[in-house]
Amino acid sequence: MTLAAAHPGFMSPSGVEIAFALVGIATLGAALITVTTRQLVHAALWLVVALGGLAIEYLLLTAEFIAWVQVLIYVGSVVVLLLFGLMLTKAPIGRSPDADSGNGWVALTVAVAAAATLVWVVVDAFRSTWIDLGGAAQGSTKVTGAVLFRHWVLPFEALSVLLLAALVGAIVLSRRGAPARRAASAALGALSGRGASSGPGAMSERAAGSERAAVSKRKTGES
Amino acid sequence: MSGTLDVVLRLVAVLVAFLVLPLVVGQTEHKVMAHMQGRLGPMYAGGFHGWAQLVADGVKFAQKEDVVPAGADRRVFQLAPAVSLLPYLLVLIAIPVGPNGLVGQAIDAGLFFVLAVMGVGVLGSIMAGWASANKFSLLGGLRTAAQLMAYELPMLLAAGSVAMAAGTISLPGIVQAFHWWWIPWQLIGGLVFFTAGLAELQRPPFDMPVADSEIIFGAYTEYTGLRFALFLLAEYAGIVVLCALTTVLFLGGWHGPLSGSFGWLWTLVKTALLAFVVIWLRVTYPRLREDQLQKLAWTVLIPLGLAQIALTGIVKVVIS
Repeated sequence: MTLAAAHPGFMSPSGVEIAFALVGIATLGAALITVTTRQLVHAALWLVVALGGLAIEYLLLTAEFIAWVQVLIYVGSVVVLLLFGLMLTKAPIGRSPDADSGNGWVALTVAVAAAATLVWVVVDAFRSTWIDLGGAAQGSTKVTGAVLFRHWVLPFEALSVLLLAALVGAIVLSRRGAPARRAASAALGALSGRGASSGPGAMSERAAGSERAAVSKRKTGES
Repeated sequence: MSGTLDVVLRLVAVLVAFLVLPLVVGQTEHKVMAHMQGRLGPMYAGGFHGWAQLVADGVKFAQKEDVVPAGADRRVFQLAPAVSLLPYLLVLIAIPVGPNGLVGQAIDAGLFFVLAVMGVGVLGSIMAGWASANKFSLLGGLRTAAQLMAYELPMLLAAGSVAMAAGTISLPGIVQAFHWWWIPWQLIGGLVFFTAGLAELQRPPFDMPVADSEIIFGAYTEYTGLRFALFLLAEYAGIVVLCALTTVLFLGGWHGPLSGSFGWLWTLVKTALLAFVVIWLRVTYPRLREDQLQKLAWTVLIPLGLAQIALTGIVKVVIS
């Protein structure tokens, strides 16, 4: 850590540190409700709060870029996908007593073990290193980009390949009905743009006689 | 102290813009649609050109009873309008209006900020769709989610292209780096961005999630009174934000003759023109069917967005 500064001690926390602790508590609370609530959709919505709280923590650590990516990917996309999936199953309003898999204790053990490992790694790595957040931002877009594409470009590319593999796997799995060989070739075709449904001709299939949105009185606000 | 005052003044200015501009767009939509469709209704209230129509609508909404359906999830149902409206207020803070720091708050990763926060607004519609305990609302919510999934990606690709061209993702920085020849260079990206934005706002011709002939009014079916008005306001605020963003990213924001002293006017004029186009599209095009809507995003807009990024990359390498 290049910007390590003198340790000012824990006894006189600054405003940012107090905010960090408070947001951290709120995030933890939201996360706990996420896993304990019996209302499925509420769990997803509490997850929004937890992920948003995490974004605020990044922001307080001056990692602005990461914070907005967190909002964009997790709150904006992952949770929407989650809610989409829940709504496809017609997630009921109110409690769902049958939504308990009975693995609560196992899950708790795994969670505590994972948390202990992560906390131990972080504590062991940084010990009493003090990073001055008042100096040049270490999480700005420029710094993040430079670090990502200079020092960490190999892991970055490896991750892209992993995601691509997951994508292909998802397509293959979702087309299981067809013979395996055909499915695989179709998946490859879809990825390389040769899929049966690709092509810019999609727009020309406008349904004949579809009603004009223009004349529809879509809103009650218009007489 | 002057620093605090400065921040407060900026935030108040953003709040005023947030309260005024969507209503202006709403009033314009009444009038433009009335002219284009030869409708007399919106031209009657108040005498001259029906100027009081918007006031009458407001009074009507305020008078109506605020009903929460018996089977609904009360808290989520009541929270949804706020979730769908507030993100647009936050986004307005980051949009630069004129040169020399005429912006609510300059944000280093401004482009990511606006796109991220705009995406959150859709959660409001999804919450409303689920919490209403109504099958039409649920279908509307589902369609909203599917539409967001499909159109978020082309929007990001187009925005990424501009960021590549400018070499920064700060919104004032992007406008600063703008040259007139960016307009032909980023034309495809601009069209993709605007189209995807329209779809994200569920404006016609992408208003399948609220298709009145199929699912009544989608996720907002059960809403009444002021909460319903808040959803409408969110839509108009969304139009303002989308048009302002397109202006800033693809049309050069405050650039134009006399941009030194009248830069803010250029931004507003370009935004207003785009808002007119949004209304124009609504009265011109029929609604896309759900499958056509998905097809357009995945097979037309995303390839176009990727092509624009490739083009931007090539030109960028050649000129540097």
